[in-house]
Amino acid sequence: MTDGQTNSFFLDDEEIPFEEGQTIIQAALTAGKYIPHLCYHPEFKPHGSCKLCTVRIDSRTITTEDGQSVKIPGRAAASCTTPAVAGQHVESETPELLDLRRTLVQMLLVEGNHYCPSCEKSGKCLLQGLAYDLGVMDPHFPQYFSKREVDASHPDILLDFNRCILCELCVRASAEMDKKNVFSLSGRGATKHLICNSESGRLGDTNLAATDKAANVCPVGVILHKRHGFEVPYGQRRFDKAPISADPVQYAPVKEKVR
Amino acid sequence: MRIANANGDGQDCGRVIDAVLSRHQRDATRLMQILREIQEELDWLSPQTLTAIAEGLKLPRAKVEGVAGFYHFFHSEPKGRYRVLWSDNITDRMLGNADLMARMCKKLWLRPGEVSEDQLVSVDTTSCTGMCDQGPAMLVNYRPLTRMTPERVDKVVDLIRHKVPLDEWPAEYFVVEDNIRRKDALLGNDLAPGDALRAMRGPAEMLEAIKASGLRGRGGAGFSTGQKWEFCRNAVGTGAHGAHYVVCNADEGEPGTFKDRVLLSAHADLVFEGMTVAAYVIGAKKGLVYLRGEYRYLLDKLNAVLEKRRADKLLGKSILGQTGFDFDIEVHLGAGAYICGEETALLESLEGHRGVPRKRPPFPVTSGYLGQPTAVNNVETLASAALIAAKGAAWYKSIGTAKSSGTKVLSISGDCARPGIYEYPYGVTVSQVLADCGAIDTQACQIAGASGLCIAPGEFGRRIAFEDIPTGGSFMIFDNTRDMFEVARNFVHFFVDESCGFCTPCRVGTTLLKNVMDKIHDGHGGEYDIGDAQRVIKTLKTASHCGLGQTAGNCVADTLQKFRPSYELRLTVREFEPAFDLDKALSKMREVTGRDDPGAHFHIAHRKSKSGVGAKAGDVS
Repeated sequence: MTDGQTNSFFLDDEEIPFEEGQTIIQAALTAGKYIPHLCYHPEFKPHGSCKLCTVRIDSRTITTEDGQSVKIPGRAAASCTTPAVAGQHVESETPELLDLRRTLVQMLLVEGNHYCPSCEKSGKCLLQGLAYDLGVMDPHFPQYFSKREVDASHPDILLDFNRCILCELCVRASAEMDKKNVFSLSGRGATKHLICNSESGRLGDTNLAATDKAANVCPVGVILHKRHGFEVPYGQRRFDKAPISADPVQYAPVKEKVR
Repeated sequence: MRIANANGDGQDCGRVIDAVLSRHQRDATRLMQILREIQEELDWLSPQTLTAIAEGLKLPRAKVEGVAGFYHFFHSEPKGRYRVLWSDNITDRMLGNADLMARMCKKLWLRPGEVSEDQLVSVDTTSCTGMCDQGPAMLVNYRPLTRMTPERVDKVVDLIRHKVPLDEWPAEYFVVEDNIRRKDALLGNDLAPGDALRAMRGPAEMLEAIKASGLRGRGGAGFSTGQKWEFCRNAVGTGAHGAHYVVCNADEGEPGTFKDRVLLSAHADLVFEGMTVAAYVIGAKKGLVYLRGEYRYLLDKLNAVLEKRRADKLLGKSILGQTGFDFDIEVHLGAGAYICGEETALLESLEGHRGVPRKRPPFPVTSGYLGQPTAVNNVETLASAALIAAKGAAWYKSIGTAKSSGTKVLSISGDCARPGIYEYPYGVTVSQVLADCGAIDTQACQIAGASGLCIAPGEFGRRIAFEDIPTGGSFMIFDNTRDMFEVARNFVHFFVDESCGFCTPCRVGTTLLKNVMDKIHDGHGGEYDIGDAQRVIKTLKTASHCGLGQTAGNCVADTLQKFRPSYELRLTVREFEPAFDLDKALSKMREVTGRDDPGAHFHIAHRKSKSGVGAKAGDVS
């Protein structure tokens, strides 16, 4: 399968070229093939927590003694952290994996408090966009109705923790790009939550600036800019125009405009 | 225990923090040890304390807060001068811990999890503390108390009320028995400290012997020890501080396991010797033991053994007078996190981070502690390696089965006459083990802990071996009087408490599974909920980041398959009923109005009789 010259693997039977060191999702997005994801962002080191990009690698079909074909599922792995290997067969758009992704989105929807109609991010929220694209019709599981706070202490930025999906993009952006370490995580398991780098715990007591990458990377509606809201009319919002999967290249490397 | 609370006094507090930071050379990788030692002095980690630690270590404050917030045994809010934690494994439950804890709370006028108004005491539960053969057990300020009885509870309450320092409590409360019931090659060894080291004839030869012995990891995964050491030995350290490390995984957190506690208590020399053998093979100068926080009481004893070994030239520079054979060992303590038994989470914790499993590859053998080649081995594996060094590979290989050489130490608890430690050659049948420990009318065995396998009597002919039932050593027995649904429910709650929360499926899925089990327990469950449980289990298995999440649903899947009647008994609704209980929601109003007549109640039976129509799926919502 490998000729030793060009590196490529197969994603749902389509040949995808890749460069040495690229992970499966990096190669796929570059080639214009969308794999759903939330915590992956091309500008940061992938860490593989949301698991939306889970794929199966190298499933096999064997013939049993009585002549029946049986499919042995390949290993499941997060495509954002799994290095691409020449010749491997990767499955992404299978009924099983689509169902898995719907379940994961539903899990996120019940864990936090996501009320789309009143959310500023509606129409450009990646969680919402992904839910629509995957055909998630309801959250299915009983809502947690978890009690989470809002932090309005910062002059320019509002934090609404109700919508946090713990993707850690703001944590990574602040540490890797802004070199400020404004955000971190505390607690664990079901009590895991985002914290701010100040003794009071308030964002207003940190050195976050509205122009920081961390203030502009949130895929959902947690980190919001004050005095801006609902500026784009319904029908013209990002995912009103095209679903999230329509243009992976546009999606993946997009840089949010700094206000 | 110190009685004055230094947190009230800023200067005093500052001195404590400074002393601890200096003791650790302000090394940020030692954050876990720093947090523990400061908390031991100050009772809790106040916001000011965390700020001071962050400044002293030049770390972002949120990072320090995040680490403190990850581990159960670190408190960023006051938990009282006496912090009582009842071990809440299923075996403790079976021995009556719930009644004892309720008794304690009642006598102290406390609710579980709350701190008394005078800030004196708090009472709560914690995951299995590894005292299953001598429960019900609890920890007071992280020191274990075993064999709790109503009388003992009353006495402890008195001691707390009178503010008696822990050191002055009756010593018999703190006695932890080894309970070794069956010895074989390992526990029955006649080696003196140094025997294994003196028998070694060069690193390459030693590696060959370990490979030839067929030794496989005793923590549960069963990876070939020789192969692991070979990968590690061949890997090259990177950077200015390039080095190889040996790490002993003594974070024995799997519910029902306590064999590492006994190995460290009765055979510490052999374990350290095994680490030294590993160091000799891979070329490490430093070894670390990651000891679970629940075993804090072993720390001084282990340090004394290490000191003795240094004096005897079995550790330190030029071991046994051999130039260039330098190796030393340090014991690090965990702080209440089951996930740190996963080797990469353990390494994160050793480096002073939150105990979140790393992504693999790279594996620890090439990039482990501080990014350097590291051999992470279980306590029992290392002790066995020392045995092989002393007695030879052929002898060891002759014990056990073809694919599983050597012996396995089992931790046996639950319904049997003689719980404790049993060592067998691999290949022993479950029924043999049950007969030896005096188990009768056995309904089920949970082997390899909460994440392991639940087997029914028809499978008791199966064998303990890598090729049949592999186990890290946990072996819990349930007789015919036990409710297997409650066993699974206890384990599901355990995983909620212990999930690190990194990945979506495990963070949310463990709670969803718990909610389903609680709903069924509360009498609102139907087939719909069983279907939901199965969907969550599948998601956990397929998509979780590490073994914890992947196996968290096993207990429900196994009991659903093998002990279905214990679920059926509780499935009161045919299809679906919401977990929300309308009648329960009205209880507040009944309390306010003082009414308790049928008209002040809402429940399905009542409604059914009124309307004459059976309640259908979902029609209450």
